[in-house]
Amino acid sequence: MGRTLTFKIFRFNPTSPDDKPRVDSFQLEETERLNIFTALNLIREQQAPDLMFDFVCRAGICGSCGMMINGRPTLGCRTLTSDLPDTITLYPMPFFKLLGDLSVDTGVWFREIAEQIESWIHTKDEFDPQAEEERMDNATANKIYEAERCIECGCCLAGCATAQVSPDFLGAAGLNRIGRFMVDPRDQRDGKEWFDLVSTDSGIFGCIGMMACDDVCPKDLPLLEVFAYIRRKMAAIGLSKRKEKSAVI
Amino acid sequence: MTKIITTDVLVIGAGLAGERSAIASASEGLDVIILSLVPPRRSHSSAAQGGMQASLGNSVKGEGDNPTIHWLDTVKGSDWGADQEVARIFADNAPIAMREMAHFGVPWNRVEGGPREIYIKGKKTTIEEDFDKEGLITARDFGGTAKWRTCYTADGTGHTVLYTMDNMVVQLGITVHDRMEALRLIHKDGKCVGAVVRSLRDGEILAYMSKATVVATGGYGRIYGESTNAVINEGTGSWLALQTGVIPLANMEAVQFHPTGIVPTDILVTEGCRGDGGTLLDVDEHRFMPDYEPEKQELASRDVVSRRMKEHMLKGKGVLSPYGEHLWLDLRHLGETHLKTKLREVYDICMYFIGVNPIKDLVPVRPTQHYSMGGIRVNKDGHTYNMEGLFALGEVSCWDMHGFNRLGGNSLAETVVAGMVVGEQIATYAKKSTLVADIILAEEFAQYEKGKIERLLNSTDGENVYSLRDEISNLLKTHVHIFRTGEGLEKATIGLKSLVKRVENVRVRTKAPGMNPELSFALRIEGMAKQALLISQGALNRTESRGAHSREDYPARDDVNWLNRTLARWPDPHGEPVFEYEPVGVLDLPPGDRGYGGGQQISMEITVEEYNSRVDEGQKAKGRLDPVEPTGTRLPKEAWKEVL
Repeated sequence: MGRTLTFKIFRFNPTSPDDKPRVDSFQLEETERLNIFTALNLIREQQAPDLMFDFVCRAGICGSCGMMINGRPTLGCRTLTSDLPDTITLYPMPFFKLLGDLSVDTGVWFREIAEQIESWIHTKDEFDPQAEEERMDNATANKIYEAERCIECGCCLAGCATAQVSPDFLGAAGLNRIGRFMVDPRDQRDGKEWFDLVSTDSGIFGCIGMMACDDVCPKDLPLLEVFAYIRRKMAAIGLSKRKEKSAVI
Repeated sequence: MTKIITTDVLVIGAGLAGERSAIASASEGLDVIILSLVPPRRSHSSAAQGGMQASLGNSVKGEGDNPTIHWLDTVKGSDWGADQEVARIFADNAPIAMREMAHFGVPWNRVEGGPREIYIKGKKTTIEEDFDKEGLITARDFGGTAKWRTCYTADGTGHTVLYTMDNMVVQLGITVHDRMEALRLIHKDGKCVGAVVRSLRDGEILAYMSKATVVATGGYGRIYGESTNAVINEGTGSWLALQTGVIPLANMEAVQFHPTGIVPTDILVTEGCRGDGGTLLDVDEHRFMPDYEPEKQELASRDVVSRRMKEHMLKGKGVLSPYGEHLWLDLRHLGETHLKTKLREVYDICMYFIGVNPIKDLVPVRPTQHYSMGGIRVNKDGHTYNMEGLFALGEVSCWDMHGFNRLGGNSLAETVVAGMVVGEQIATYAKKSTLVADIILAEEFAQYEKGKIERLLNSTDGENVYSLRDEISNLLKTHVHIFRTGEGLEKATIGLKSLVKRVENVRVRTKAPGMNPELSFALRIEGMAKQALLISQGALNRTESRGAHSREDYPARDDVNWLNRTLARWPDPHGEPVFEYEPVGVLDLPPGDRGYGGGQQISMEITVEEYNSRVDEGQKAKGRLDPVEPTGTRLPKEAWKEVL
């Protein structure tokens, strides 16, 4: 306690014609359990009323506050200053469109990805309001939940080398979302459909395996396992295709 | 000229209620645009942890459950303040809504046949789940319920249901404009035709014109400062209704304090903690709830548990800390596996935010503002009073299944049930309506907002908007909290009346274009101040204790004078609010004892039949539009007698 913290914060307002990107410094007395959410609000209310950033739940659940804290993508709300040195640099996450200062447009990107990978249960079954629900074993429900826990904060993309050079890359968040539907028995997509969706350079084979996503994921999603699962599944589908082909010949 | 965007249905708010209602209209082939302050998946619905109540009765501890029992729990929970017909519509449809969400893709936790060890009332017990029910949607225990009824996905229920709902929105191709804030409804002669909207990306003012407009913006918890709510819950939607001058906000004094906000930070840990066997301890690590509530213990309704906690702290049994007094939540006995799977969010929140490991340490908790039972008054179809073409649902509304206290798990369920039921009414209304693209009217409303922004940006002196916010929340925190007195409420009301005037003189320091966060907040402060006053003055007027509204000077529930709903309008923006009262709705279960909480009652002097004969006219006189089906048709008479 008793530290004076220096925040070096990236500033740029793209809607202001005269504005140029810069870094502003702010000083703040550290208090017990100070986190980046509280710190940024104090700076805005007392020093820089035009400072732009995003928080919603401030509880690590909604995924709004992904930002680069001392060079690492993570959630601002959950980061305590006591875990950081006296000087704290804050930058917006790369990869996403900058809206202003620390605020980036994750919403539009994730909506486009959801459309592209058709992020919904593909089923021909109609809902019958009078019928008992279709049964599912609890282990399967837990498996789906494990992948469903992604909060789409974008930290995996901000930390991904591939994503920085290939803007079409689905990233860990996109691939994990595909994995979530692959393990769901209610989704009736067949092997070929999955293969066409994911076996591309913007899909699973675009990943060069540095796994920064796995290191930075704030929800500790088992991304290594998810990628391995998708690769195995693609290999199995590919092999079965080859067998079909040789059978025809 | 202001840019005008037209659509059949305009939904303001992209949480669960808004999105489900949008799906109802889009499924009927209507054009729908959803506006949201944030990307839809960041809406506050995503933060709901514990679950949704529905009487599926699949778990052995829910055996024999049915909508009538769920309805009974809900009406008692409301302390008879609810509209019993609406509670019935809700309870009847909740099982269908859960199954529909399963069909859409929610990975509900399922029944696993065979024995398992759990904690009930602090004791380790073994229950045996039925193998015949294996694979059906299971449930956990929540407060104020006769059966285990809360469907869940670990402690991330809001998250999974919202993601699934948003997947449906994407599948149906529904347009979402995120980072948009509705500032004012466009209306004329009692008919709503759209809204004036400000882009939080670049500050542009737009007009949206629609056949039906829907407000589903959630609660106002941030007005209290200390709240479990997300920072976007600043009452922007209820403010839209209040600004019209004709639409009443109902029961604003009915505010829920959740027993387990963590200290500090006020982040919620779910009622599922106690439902799964967690207990509350005092400074001596004594489990005190059974002393007050021998039957329900930690699982009485939230108003009762919060009151008992406060009462116990006032006896000097609280734990003192630099962040104020608190009590302990003990989860240690639940074990590591349970805490890292079924209560994983709770585990993470404790570890990351307060550095407490709930596997071996006690969690500091205290009652914290959590939910608004009150809101925009609507009829049973979700149609607002005095304003055709405007609907409201979810927390922002007072549909009124919660009365003066809502049960845990009932509001998350309400979002999808109302989304389904009210959603259908919205679609029906929009289909038979024509678009009134009155661009002169739209321009008039847009110019009004542009003028206001201009004035704020040109302000050279005036008050700091954040200081005003703190003054408002301090008055509410000090005087309009769990226990209320006439004296305290008087002070708060006088203070807030002066703040309502002072917010007219706000200074905005930032002149930069774009989202301008200070300007955005300055545009909300009037609504926050005015709603704070409605909460305080409504509480001052109501000289009784009912549900979460607890007056030390009037400790009894008074069914002679106060078996009614508060309706507050603000006809003259520079004048004072007007308070009126209407009957709560048709009574089927006569007012009685809740079975917990130990409150006293002053019984009504007229018969239930006499009361019921005044409901329809009484509500109509206050501006209720006629629902599609007459009042009372969905309330089967005395069905509760079969389950008691």
